[in-house]
Amino acid sequence: MIYTILPPAYVAHLIHLAYLVSAACFILSLKWLSAVPTARRGVLIGVAGMALAVGGTLLDPTIEHYRYLAVAIVLGAMIGVPMALMPMTAVPQRTALSHAFGALAATLVGAAEYSLRLKSIDHFTMGALSLEVILGGLTITASLMAAGKLQEILPTRPMVFKNQNYVNLSVLGLALVIGGYLVFNPGAWLLFPVMVLLCLLFGVLLIMPIGGADMPTVLALLNSYAGLSASMMGFVLNNKLLIIAGALDGSSGLILSIIMCRAMNRSFSNVLFGAFGQVQVSAEAVEQKNYRSASAEEAADLLRTADSVVIVPGYGMAVAQAQHKVRELFDLLTKQGTKVTFAIHPVAGRMPGHMNVLLAEADIPYDNLLEMDDVNPEFPQTDVALVIGANDVTNPAARHDKSSPIYGMPILDVDKARTVMVIKRSMNPGFAGIDNELYYMDRTLMLFGDAKGFVGDLVKALPGD
Amino acid sequence: MSSEMISNLYVFVLATFLGIEVIRRVSPLLHTPLMSLTNAISAIAVVGALVIAGRAETTLSTVLGSVAVAAAMVNVVGGYLITYRMVSMFKKRGVKKS
Repeated sequence: MIYTILPPAYVAHLIHLAYLVSAACFILSLKWLSAVPTARRGVLIGVAGMALAVGGTLLDPTIEHYRYLAVAIVLGAMIGVPMALMPMTAVPQRTALSHAFGALAATLVGAAEYSLRLKSIDHFTMGALSLEVILGGLTITASLMAAGKLQEILPTRPMVFKNQNYVNLSVLGLALVIGGYLVFNPGAWLLFPVMVLLCLLFGVLLIMPIGGADMPTVLALLNSYAGLSASMMGFVLNNKLLIIAGALDGSSGLILSIIMCRAMNRSFSNVLFGAFGQVQVSAEAVEQKNYRSASAEEAADLLRTADSVVIVPGYGMAVAQAQHKVRELFDLLTKQGTKVTFAIHPVAGRMPGHMNVLLAEADIPYDNLLEMDDVNPEFPQTDVALVIGANDVTNPAARHDKSSPIYGMPILDVDKARTVMVIKRSMNPGFAGIDNELYYMDRTLMLFGDAKGFVGDLVKALPGD
Repeated sequence: MSSEMISNLYVFVLATFLGIEVIRRVSPLLHTPLMSLTNAISAIAVVGALVIAGRAETTLSTVLGSVAVAAAMVNVVGGYLITYRMVSMFKKRGVKKS
């Protein structure tokens, strides 16, 4: 092997150099991911960085048992490949699951390190190890719970019980106290599994009150935790590559969750402890208001004469798997000379950017996908705004009704378009249970039906006679 | 705290700031691929797992390390593959897929 040619000290330097180049690759990878034209290159250099890191590590002369490693690597790859081939609608669940795998790896390494070093570990390293295991442990179960809710194996409605926040915080508090105790008494090894179990329990408790609409924020937050856990592992193992890669992941998750919170005008604590989405099934629901509905033919007539159409897709479109029918509609309208754009709210879908991926998969050009701030000034000049499966992000009450739970949330100004069409199954309020005043405007036409079926009818009716 | 730990802290703080600056520039269009890419990158935990499993010091550490290698490899392989799939889907106007 290499050690017969090179002295071990050189090999150690070689490994460090490989790690340094690998860290640079990861930073370039994220930098190139910032725009579509360079994004593929970004993924490839990320792969190169990972290959260098793994290759460098395998040079480590203290690694002697390659058999276990080969089995574990093949096994991991065998699970990883099918997880990469899931349909795009399932990407949020998949992402939650992969957070769980990442956190599991960090937690297990933490536990193994502890078992090997509990007699000689110093305070600082033990502190990092405690944090690694606490963050990792809670992320494992929280991510699994989130995946279960996204896959609808678990009820998507928030699950609440009395004094929930006190119970949750005491569980976390106890885990932190044990973690702190272990820093000064690392030999008290019986407490270690107790700490892990408390964190696993806290992960479950943390996600119980979270509703589907808050999943984008929570996924981003779990992303951050998994990254920080890996970074803490870097402190334990004295490995700067791990520290850097973990910190990149941690800051990415943090930024995304801040963006998501801002897009809903809510704070972190409100998302985590507010149990949004199970509120007000209030008296208002009884009140009858008038609305206009239209058939596919009537709607198609309006679309045929429109010069500009903005389509506003929401999670309902993804649930109904309507994106390919929407593409057909897009093609027809574009062919007749109508300008068609898509208005994407930051929290549309079940994870940050989900809607863009779904539309890109349906072959809709990405330069037609507009962000909220770019599209809002366009609405007053828009002939038809077609809302498909979006609800709360179009509710004008967010702008003026101080009593509304979504007051202050930035919305798409759909109501300013000349005609508004809303494809919806029925008049039942949406996920958050909030009635949408958009539906009762004079300019609004309600198109009742399943998103996929109704868009299909529009596509059939549009060519006219 | 040793000087080694201090320098680790430096690296952590600087990497966090760098991460924030780089990631702030990522277009919202690509936030989903961003999340799966950072997920794949943080699977760098595989490095720590490889060393522990490969040294095979005790049965416990070998078992924990090997499972950790497998779990991290799921993200390495799956994370990069799905990110590549996703970013390949984004096409400009007029460029039709054959």
